[in-house]
Parts: sequence; C-alpha cells; structure tokens
Amino acid sequence: MDAIFLQILNGLDKGGAYALIALGLTLVFGTLGVVNFAHGALFMLGAFCAVTLNRLLNISFERVSETEKDFLGNPRVEKVPYIEQWFGPDLAGFLLDWSVPISILLTIVVMAVIGVAMERGLIKHFYKRPHADQILVTFGLAIVLQEIVRHYFGANPIPQPAPDIVAGAANVGSWLGLGDNVIYPWWRLVYFLFSALVIFAVFAFLQFTTFGMVVRAGMQDRETVGLLGINIQRRFTVVFGLAAVVAGVAGAMYTPILPPDYHMGMDFLVLSFVVVVVGGMGSLGGAVLAGFVLGILQSFASMNEIKSILPGIDQIIVYLVAVIVLLTRPRGLMGRRGVAEE
Amino acid sequence: MLGTFSRSDWLLLVIFSAVVLTLPWTLEPIGAAYPDLLQKFAIYGIFAVGFNILFGLTGYLSFGHAAFLGVGSYAAVWSFKLLTMNVLPALALSIAIAGVFALLIGYISLRRAGIYFSILTLAFAQMSYNLAYSVLTPITNGETGLQVRAIRKSAEVSLRDGDVRIIDQALGIPEVGVPITNLFGMKMSGYPGFYFCAVLLIVCFFIAMCISRSNFGMMLKAIKSNQNRLNYTGIHTRPYLIAAFVISGMYAGLAGSLLSITDPIAGAERMQWTASGEVVLMTILGGAGTLVGPVLGAGLIKYAEQKVSSWNEGILHGAFSFLPEPVQDFVVEFFSFFVGEGWHLTLGLMFMIIVIFLPGGVMEGFRRLRRAFANGASPPPRPVATTTPIAERD
Amino acid sequence: MKILYPNRRKILQLGAAAGAATLATPHFFSRGAFAQSMDYRNAPTGDTVTLGFNVPQTGAYADEGADELRAYQLAVEHLNGEGDGGMLNTFSSKALEGNGINGKKVAFVTGDTQTKSDAARASAKRMIENDDAVMITGGSSSGVAIAVQGLCQEAGVIFMAGLTHSNDTTGKDKRANGFRHFFNTEMTGAALAPVLKNAYGTDRKAYHLTADYTWGWSQEESIKKYTEGLGWETVSAVRTPLGAGDFSQYLTPVLNSGADVLVLNHYGKDMVNSLTQAVQFGLRDKQVNGKDFVIVVPLYSRLMAQGAGENVKGIFGSTNWHWSLQDEGSKAFVKSFGEKYGFPPSQAAHTCYSQALLYADACQRAGTFQPSEVGKALEGFEFDGLGNGPVLYRAADHQCFKDVLVVKGKENPSSEFDLLEVVEVTPRAQVEYDPELLGGELGPYNDGV
Repeated sequence: MDAIFLQILNGLDKGGAYALIALGLTLVFGTLGVVNFAHGALFMLGAFCAVTLNRLLNISFERVSETEKDFLGNPRVEKVPYIEQWFGPDLAGFLLDWSVPISILLTIVVMAVIGVAMERGLIKHFYKRPHADQILVTFGLAIVLQEIVRHYFGANPIPQPAPDIVAGAANVGSWLGLGDNVIYPWWRLVYFLFSALVIFAVFAFLQFTTFGMVVRAGMQDRETVGLLGINIQRRFTVVFGLAAVVAGVAGAMYTPILPPDYHMGMDFLVLSFVVVVVGGMGSLGGAVLAGFVLGILQSFASMNEIKSILPGIDQIIVYLVAVIVLLTRPRGLMGRRGVAEE
Repeated sequence: MLGTFSRSDWLLLVIFSAVVLTLPWTLEPIGAAYPDLLQKFAIYGIFAVGFNILFGLTGYLSFGHAAFLGVGSYAAVWSFKLLTMNVLPALALSIAIAGVFALLIGYISLRRAGIYFSILTLAFAQMSYNLAYSVLTPITNGETGLQVRAIRKSAEVSLRDGDVRIIDQALGIPEVGVPITNLFGMKMSGYPGFYFCAVLLIVCFFIAMCISRSNFGMMLKAIKSNQNRLNYTGIHTRPYLIAAFVISGMYAGLAGSLLSITDPIAGAERMQWTASGEVVLMTILGGAGTLVGPVLGAGLIKYAEQKVSSWNEGILHGAFSFLPEPVQDFVVEFFSFFVGEGWHLTLGLMFMIIVIFLPGGVMEGFRRLRRAFANGASPPPRPVATTTPIAERD
Repeated sequence: MKILYPNRRKILQLGAAAGAATLATPHFFSRGAFAQSMDYRNAPTGDTVTLGFNVPQTGAYADEGADELRAYQLAVEHLNGEGDGGMLNTFSSKALEGNGINGKKVAFVTGDTQTKSDAARASAKRMIENDDAVMITGGSSSGVAIAVQGLCQEAGVIFMAGLTHSNDTTGKDKRANGFRHFFNTEMTGAALAPVLKNAYGTDRKAYHLTADYTWGWSQEESIKKYTEGLGWETVSAVRTPLGAGDFSQYLTPVLNSGADVLVLNHYGKDMVNSLTQAVQFGLRDKQVNGKDFVIVVPLYSRLMAQGAGENVKGIFGSTNWHWSLQDEGSKAFVKSFGEKYGFPPSQAAHTCYSQALLYADACQRAGTFQPSEVGKALEGFEFDGLGNGPVLYRAADHQCFKDVLVVKGKENPSSEFDLLEVVEVTPRAQVEYDPELLGGELGPYNDGV
C-alpha cells in the first residue's frame, strides 16, 4: 500500500515535468503549426539560467591564503564572492542557498527574450514550410544551442542544490496516517505544486483573457481570425515566448532533481514528443493528461513486482502506451480531427 | 518498366555509377579516400535511398527506420556465427528478416498518418533499442555488441561467446583466430568491401529509379499529393503504402547487413532514435524526393562525423602554417570552435544554413546553379519536388 | 591559457605533421592490402611514429575524454623530451630516452568515439587506414573498449585500453592485441568488501540498483559475490535503464524493502543522478534495523563526482588512482599536469598517460613497433613508479595487477577537486585472481599482414 502510494507520488512528480515540457510544445504546434525540435534545448537553456545565476552570485575576487596550500603545494588562492563582501555573509548565504528559486525570475526574462528572438528571427519564416524543413532547422538550432552551452559550461553535470529548508525529505506518511516509511523529498513536492501552478496559470491565461481567446480562435482557424483584422502574427510571437518561458522555468526548477548538463534537452526531446502525440497534437488538455498518465504508468511499471512478471517493461512502457493509445484512439487522448494527420 | 526510362535517366545512372566507382580517387584531395569512410558513404547512401522511397515519394515520415538497420545487422552477424563467413547468406537473411520486421511494424503503423505515424514508428524503434540493450542481451550481447568469435570448443559455451558456422565447418574451411567476412574467399574489408558496397549502392539506386518511374511510383507520389482524392476514387492506398514501407525497410536491412559485413559487429545503438533521426536528416539535407540527394546528404553527414571531428588544433596549425603566427593563432582559435570536438556545431549550422537558404536541400542548390548557368535571367521558379506543406490543413 | 603551454606549438605541429603527411600522399596505391611491404601494419617509414588517441569528445563523457586527451598530449611531450618529463623520471624502466620511441618522434591523431561502438570503431579505422596509426588508445566505457579492441585485433595494431572497468575487457572478450592498465569490477569487489565490513559490520542487508547493461551486471555480480562472502544479505537487485534521468521510481521501493545499504552500480551521469536523488529521498538520514542507512558507489570517478556535489560526502567507493597520492610517480604526474593545465588530473587521465608510456617503453625495449613483439615486451612486465606502486602486466590476460584504492567522499573538501580521500590501499595480492576465472581466450597476435 505504502509502495503504491509512493509510486503515485513519483508519477505525479514525473507527470508534472512531462506536462510542463509538453505544454509549450503542443501550444507552439497548435497555434503556429510548427514542429519544434529545439523545444528540449529551451528546457536545457532554462536549467542553465539557474546555473548561470549561481555562477553570477559566485563571482569572486581572489585572496591568497596564508595557511593553506593547493594541490601543487603553492599557497592556495581562495575565492571570496563579491556578494559576500557587499551584503555580508548572512544575506549572501541566503541568496546562494535560494539561487534556484530566485533564478526563476532570471529565467522568465531570459527565456522570453530568447523565445521572441527565435520566433522573429527564424521560426516566423518556417510557418509555411513543410514539417520536414521545420524539423531540420529546429534540430540544427538545438545542436547549435547545445554546443554553445557546452563550450561555456563543459559536458559534465553541474550540481544545483535545493534550498536547505527543502533539501531533505518530508514525512508524508505521518501527515496521512501512513507508515514511517512514506517519506518524499520536499523539493519534489515543491516541483509538483509548481508545475500545477504553471499549468493552471497557462490555462487561465488562455481561457480568461481576450488575448487568450484570440489565440484559441487562431488555433481553431487561423485564416478567419486573420480576416477579422486581428494581427494574429504578433500574438503568435507572444505565444512562442510563452512556450519558451514555460519550458525554461520547468528546466530551472528541475535542476536540483537532475543536475543539468548540455545534453539534457535531447534526452527529453523524444519523450516530450511522445507525450504531446499521446495527448493529441495541439491539445493543451491532452498534453497535461498524457503527461500525468505516462508519468504514473512509468512509475508503476518500474515496481519489482511488475518487472518480475514482464522483464524490461519499465524500459518500454512509455512507447508501448503510445502505440496502444494511438491504435485505439486515432488522434491521441484529446486530439482534434484533421490536425497533423497528413 | 525500363521502357519508361528516358535518355536522361540512363545518363543519370551511368554518371552516378561512374562517380561512385571512382570515389577512391576523387575524394583523395579532401582526405576521405580510405576504405572505412568510403564504405560508410555507400552504406548510408543505400539506407538514405531506401528511406527516400518511403518519405520522398509518399511523404510518410518514419522516425524508426534505424530499427531495420539494427535488425539487418544482427541478422548478418548471426548468419556469420551460425552458418558461414560468406556474405551472401548474410545479405539474404538480413533483407528477409528486415522485410518481415518492416511488414509487422508497417502494417500497424500505417493505420495512422502524419505525425501519429511518425511517433508510432519511433515508438517501435525505441522499444527495439531499449530491449536490445538490456533484456534481449542473450541475442544482441547488449552494450558490447554482437561479435564474430572463434568456433566454440564445446556445446556448453553459449552461442554468443562461441560460434558454430555449420556450413564452413561442413566444408572444412580452416580458421585461424577470428575469421573475417568474405565473398567466396575474397575478403570483404578494405577496398574490396567498398566495391562490394558500391556495386550494391548502384543496384539499389537503379531499383529506386525503376520504382520512381513505374506506375507503382506514380501511385506513391499520388498518395503524397492528395491521399483523400485517391481514397474517394475508390483506390485502396494502404497496400501501396505497406509495400513502400517494406521495400524501404529492406533497403535499411541491406544497409545494416553491409555494416556488419564490412565490420562484423552489431550494436544496439544502431537502433536508437538518433540513428533514425540521422537518416531523416540525410534525406532532407540532400533533398527529399530526389534520387541523388539522399546519397549526397549521407556523404556530407558521414564526412562531418569522421573527418571534421578529427581536425584537432595540431592539424589546424598545420593547415594555416602559411599565416604569420599571431594571425595563425587567432584563425586556429576561431576554427577550433567548429572542428575537432566542436564538429557537432558545424553539423548544426550546416542543417540550419541549408534549410534556410536552400529549401529542398543540396539538390536545390544544384538546380539553382544549373538554372543560373543555363540562362542568365532567372526563369519562374519551378515547384520544388520535395514535400508538400502539411502545416495548414484543418 | 596560452602562457601555460610553453611547448604547445611544437606538440601541435607534430600532430599536424601526421595530419599533413596523410593529406599529401595518395593513399590508394601506397597502402592497405595493395602495398604492404613491411612485416607489420602501418610500420612507420619516416622519422615520426603516429599514435591514435580515440576518446569521447561529444556526449556524456566528453569532459572525461578531454582530460584523457590532455594526458596524451602531455605524454607525447614527455616522450619527445619536452617539458619536465613527468613520470618518465620515476618510471622504473629506463629504456626511454626522451627522444621519441625507437628514435622516431611521436606524433598523434585524434578521433571522437562519441561513446558509441560504431562511431568508435569508425574513428579508429580512420586512424589506422588513413592516418597510419600504429597503436590506438583511449576511451571511456567498456562497450567501446571491447568493440575497439576487437577491431584492433582484426586490423593488426596494438590497443591500449583507456578507462574501462568491465571484467569482460580482459576476460570473456580479451584479445592478444589488447592491453588494459585500468582495474576491473572483480578487483573493486575484492578491495571494497573488507573496507565495507570494517565500516558497516557483517550483518547488513543490501539493495542494488544496477545500470541495465554489461558493465552494470558485471559490477553487481562482483559486489554481490564479495559482500555475500562477508555475510551480507542481498535483499534485491533492480535493473535501471541506462540514462534513466529520474530514478525516483526505483528509489521509493528501497524505503520499504528492509535493506540498510544501497549499492549504486551506476557510472557517469547515472551515478550523479541516482546518488543525488537517493540523498534527496532522505535515505542517508534513515535508520533501518537499528543501523544507519548507508549508500555505496563501487566505482568512483572524481570528475563525475563533481556533478553530485555535496552528496558524495562519506560515501565509499573504489578508484584506480587519485591525485592526492603521495608517491613519487603520482607527485611528478600531478605536478607536470597541474602546471600545464591548472588543475589536477583525473583517474582517466592517469590511466591514459600510463598506457602511453607503457606502450612506448615496450616498443623501445622490443626495438620495433611490431604488435607481436611489443605485446611480448608487455607480457609479464613488472614496473613501478607510475603512481600505483609495483605493477604486473599479467601475460595470461593482458591485465595490470596493482594496488586498488578504496576512497570515501571527503567531509570537508578544501577545493573543488578535493572530493575524495583515500581510506585504504588494498594490496595487489588481495585482488589477484585466477585468469581462468573470467574465461575468454587471447588468441594469437595479429600483425596485420
């Protein structure tokens, strides 16, 4: 029982991450009609926004230590962050400790700029081009972004600790009257709440604002909206920026769980496409639903009890579910007729 | 079928054959004339030509073709291990098994179209990859890859670690150490291996031409331009699609088999989605729907992978040694960003530049050049024979 | 950066010489099956000899590969008599004179393995077929090492394995032309188990998470074998997909399993992720069966451990070499590497540097580059002064036998490199095993003609 409860938590947590990544992807596809293979790279860039902030806060001046030696036996050069000198150790410590949550602010700004620049500079010219061309150009862009990050940050994962107060595990069991063995990392709970919040915000934005209404209308029928004299083009730019921001913050907040490296975007790319397609291309609700469904199923498939019956099932469950869903529901869980079927 | 060939078709075939067979000389100046890379050009050329039969003609974008490449490789190595080091049974076995595999996957996947089809094929390939890497290790030898080994001494040794080679044993062919692949005694590594692959590439190219010019090919192109209309006229398109899928799967199986023939090892990573993606990129890069384009795309990507990645700073310093030192250092610093360990960056930029400026791939570039030379003034642009826009349809 | 490289240009130009030479000569008639006049493959004809450094330059192990390449460049420098000579000065064999190998200057070519067997073999083939490399070395995973070793056997050149830890490299898949300096999972098990016993007692219940591929299985097998020998019980051994990223679904079952030790048979990114997440799950703060819950990472890589940050503190593992060792060889190597690049070398760098030196020394002693002769010079070779104490290159399986380091994540690191502390140097005698144990057959040498 405890085990099942924990796997549901795992599934929700994974599902949150999947849904966040898939949301932006399906939004861009639904409105702009663009298959964006650089979406994983946006997730990765968001994660590196968190790394960058941490590095910025750690910009240091050097001080030669009188007592300690370095590995070659020379006097050790100590690095003291400027912020420690400016704000004193307490505030500096606080800023460093909370650098991941704080980095969300930086991520939003940076990713919005990157998203808008990407749409204006590149994606705009590919609206009318075949999907194959879109795939090639965005895949090329993803590689370029990746290599630039590698050039500055190296290939190794870079640890990004969560703030101390949420670094450990929460005794979820005691809250719910379950056993003592039901513990769950605080940060993952935070991440789940965060993803729920972001998903809710995106839906609210599209549902309750005039802007969102126009975008939804554009998703249904771009030409008519254009004929009504609405500048749908500009709104598309904003939508792409929004997708970039959502992917970015998803990446930034994920860093304490998965130390980021330059390749993490590619690792998520295939999975996010599977999530989007299982949900139904261009369906926001479908993407979120598919994210959670796949997350939970993946967690359950990894249980020893199930693996002992079906060895290797945890390796293929996501794809197996995708095949089954697509064969029984032609347009995924919530896809619309005629979208991306040719 | 051959009657439909025009004179320029025959000319294309002859020129293509001549170019392929003289590659060991013509590629000398760019340092690509060594057996392994030449073999890879030919093999991935076959893979891309086959992929293009599906994607270029019907517009169905399969993201799982690497699965057939992998299956072909494993089948070939098993043929070496169980039957004989002669390559012909391996070829036949690989093509047959890849064909059956393609029939199974195609039959299911082709129930859907568009991106749903792409994801179905991707899912099958990824499942094959993940299982081959882990659970199916008894058949695939997992991460290490399936290798040819010496004849096993007793039946206790597993077949993975010791071979039987029934036919070779029955014929009493002597073996020293681990034997190499051969075609009736001619070893299939080095240049003979390249010429073997090259001849097969030409044959495959010829078959692809036949398909493209045949009624069957016309039907495939019709599916691409408007499948609905075909359906309304009462034509059942699925059998055609399945046939195209199986043919291109067999091409992939052949390519996989050749990979094992020229270098007898089969690894799971050949089935990974990146490998499937690679053939898609090759085809689009060269020019989807064209005959020669995919081969060119395959050559470009393999050249980048093999040669550009090897240009370390030392080689750059050598190449720019005519420059004065400070300039040389700067130039080397600049270029080392793109070559050696930065070769991925070059690849990424190449994808972007070609698709931005040459929609229709490298072949489009050639067409433009030819037009520019043919008549100085630019005639009205011909519609590019690549894919149709799929984006706006609702 | 340039100031740190007094001899860089010369080295680079030697690299260039190899490249340029191959660009200039028409290969088709001058090499390969058509014109092989010497008695072995790629016999150097000019005044240079070309070595092939095949390391991962892209993908997850790119940083490790870069460190290997740095070590090779340093080794080439030292072999050619430039720089401070590094471990050449402490090496027990004095055959090398700092004038190259057999009087020929050492040049090199590089390639990218991408940590994929296919790519690694293609890259090695280029170096052999196109660049006339007489030896291939490097790599950062066992799958690649075994694949390239097989290729070198077929092609008839020597392969000096880089970082590869699977038993199979010198076990089931050993080849006459292949040699390994790095240790293996069997030695890790034999060295680690007694230390674990002293630290955690004999009454422990272990839960294994194992990367689902050959190295992972090999590691799990060895650790199980030796810990069960101590009286530990293996509660469960769960396979995780390579590159799983999020391990939460494999970690939660540990909580209820009754186990009090978690063994992470992961390497590289998998290790970083699973360890980080295991610590987040509060496993290390738990008490099970009245004991503190502990985590063990059998194979440590200092370079990768940086990615796990604070989480490695107090966690046991094993390593081939560590820069904090205080013998003369290690000190000399750390000094010349550190002065050139500004940070201490990794174990991957050390094993690659050693392999380059060992190969050069064997060629010098044999007086030729012919694989069969070089191999014989390496077989049964006993040496010292390369940072691992007295070492034997065993003839029966071409595996080096040396002391194994058991390390622990340091509680109070003094720098970003100071992550591990050596807790025990397990003597060589304790990790030796019968060559028959791992099976396989070396077969005959292949000189490539």
